[in-house]
Amino acid sequence: MLSQESLQQIDREIAKYPPDQKQSAVMAALRIAQVEKGWLPKELIEFVASYLQMPAIAAYEVASFYNMYDLEPVGRHKITVCTNLPCALSGGVHAADYLKEKLGIDFNETTPDGKFTLKEGECMGACGDAPVLLVNNHHMCSWMTKEKIDQILAELADK
Amino acid sequence: MSASGLILAGVDGDRTWGLQDYVARGGYSALRKVISEKIPPETIIAELKASSLRGRGGAGFPTGLKWSFMPRSFPGAKYLACNSDEGEPGTFKDRDILRYNPHTVIEGMTIAAYAMGCERGYNYIHGEIFDVYERFEAALAEAREAGLLGQNILGSDFSFELFAHHGYGAYICGEETALLESIEGKKGQPRFKPPFPASYGLYGKPTTINNTETFASVPFIINMGGEGFLNLGKPNNGGTKLFSVSGHVNRPGNYEVAMGTPFSELLEMAGGMRGGRKLKAVIPGGSSAPVLPGSVMMDCTMDYDSISKAGSMLGSGAVIVMDETTCMVKALERLSYFYFEESCGQCTPCREGTGWLYRVVHRIENGLGRKDDLDLLNSVTGNIMGRTICALGDAASMPVQSFVKHFGSEFEYHIENKKCLVPPEVQYEGSQIYVRP
Repeated sequence: MLSQESLQQIDREIAKYPPDQKQSAVMAALRIAQVEKGWLPKELIEFVASYLQMPAIAAYEVASFYNMYDLEPVGRHKITVCTNLPCALSGGVHAADYLKEKLGIDFNETTPDGKFTLKEGECMGACGDAPVLLVNNHHMCSWMTKEKIDQILAELADK
Repeated sequence: MSASGLILAGVDGDRTWGLQDYVARGGYSALRKVISEKIPPETIIAELKASSLRGRGGAGFPTGLKWSFMPRSFPGAKYLACNSDEGEPGTFKDRDILRYNPHTVIEGMTIAAYAMGCERGYNYIHGEIFDVYERFEAALAEAREAGLLGQNILGSDFSFELFAHHGYGAYICGEETALLESIEGKKGQPRFKPPFPASYGLYGKPTTINNTETFASVPFIINMGGEGFLNLGKPNNGGTKLFSVSGHVNRPGNYEVAMGTPFSELLEMAGGMRGGRKLKAVIPGGSSAPVLPGSVMMDCTMDYDSISKAGSMLGSGAVIVMDETTCMVKALERLSYFYFEESCGQCTPCREGTGWLYRVVHRIENGLGRKDDLDLLNSVTGNIMGRTICALGDAASMPVQSFVKHFGSEFEYHIENKKCLVPPEVQYEGSQIYVRP
């Protein structure tokens, strides 16, 4: 169900933990699986669970507990904006507003062409860089002005 | 980033994080000293106690004392964990330490492992900072390659394995037992204490958990001695501390200063108030710390004791600055939403109470507040605090109590007049929390 490369990455994570504690790698394994497939359908979670020899329900508990896992399909690019208080004081809400206007969607919606999903995020631990966006969970963009948002959206639209 | 201080001294952004630059700054000399001089673990712990280093994650617990709880001679596995799950709104210091000076954390953890007899450790890194996780992994690889980590460190009989564990978006995992659950591959729900992690921690084995900045301070304490570190700050508040300054200042960022530095100086370092506006309120230690009026803050120094005396907490050292254009009801509404969103759902008072708090503050902000809502808020917080397994319930309650205490008249104005005391246009332009009016 997953590529050889993803499985190798998961094996590297498993090796970080004691041999009888494979389940410790579940967070990383779900992350790796999501990066390859875009989101986590039930069958994929079950596959990860069986790969780590843990009950499927335990893997599902993890996937549904941590908010960066997507249990439903998202657009090709998921953009998460932090609107928590410290970010909001430096334009986080305004940046979110501008993104909604540009993309023509609200939070938790995907553009009709399937390219972008917009999410409201909680504290990313980067309040000094506000406004902050997280692109596809792993790429943080700091000090987002309107111009920079335009530029990022243009770059992502071609990818 | 400040040029002063210890942890960030001589650090030049993304260019100097590597092993070679760290060694050039004097890095790993503390570990070399510990190993070559075979310093007894008790001596290291005694130096930590003398330094008056207190936990930098928020609780401010004396680090040396915490280390002394570990049963060093206990047979079997013992673990060390670093809490880099930095998700407390306002806090962004550990991210800078890990990306700009990761080796100081590795060195600090290795010395800690030596002092407590731990054979294995994990650094739990906040989900949203994936690039920092990758940077830390790269630093670990450098340290292993150089024989500073792994089997027989620097040719001695001391071995310590250290790995990075990446979170994936859950504030609660900053709570130390939730963090351990998360490393075990479970939902991050806090455990009952006791037993404390020093007796029953990761995989049921004795474990010590410290914050990133706490570990990063350890090499400096070994090099300058506990007394030297203590003297940088003030009695009972040793050393330097990173303060993450956010909000309405001209230069938000991390500033590493001596404990006991006046708040007014810190504010000046951060470029002063944005647009020259008047200071209204400060949350001095991360969103869970009680808010203080600006005038009270201007008389405070930045250390555990001064902030505590003023009625708040130094917490993680996250200083959220708000100017006169801020609607305090709006500000609290956003914070209350955060705790509601992040409650792990395990304890009823927190799971139900945080939602209740948010809904009441939300209706006040939106002109639907009722006359006895402030009493209701105080009653709900009173029924959350002290009745939950972990501190998230208290963390959600303290902002509510303090906002209502210090800015009650603004809440009453909202309830009576069904609108903000600060006009929406002024908020939109100034505080920026407001969506377009």
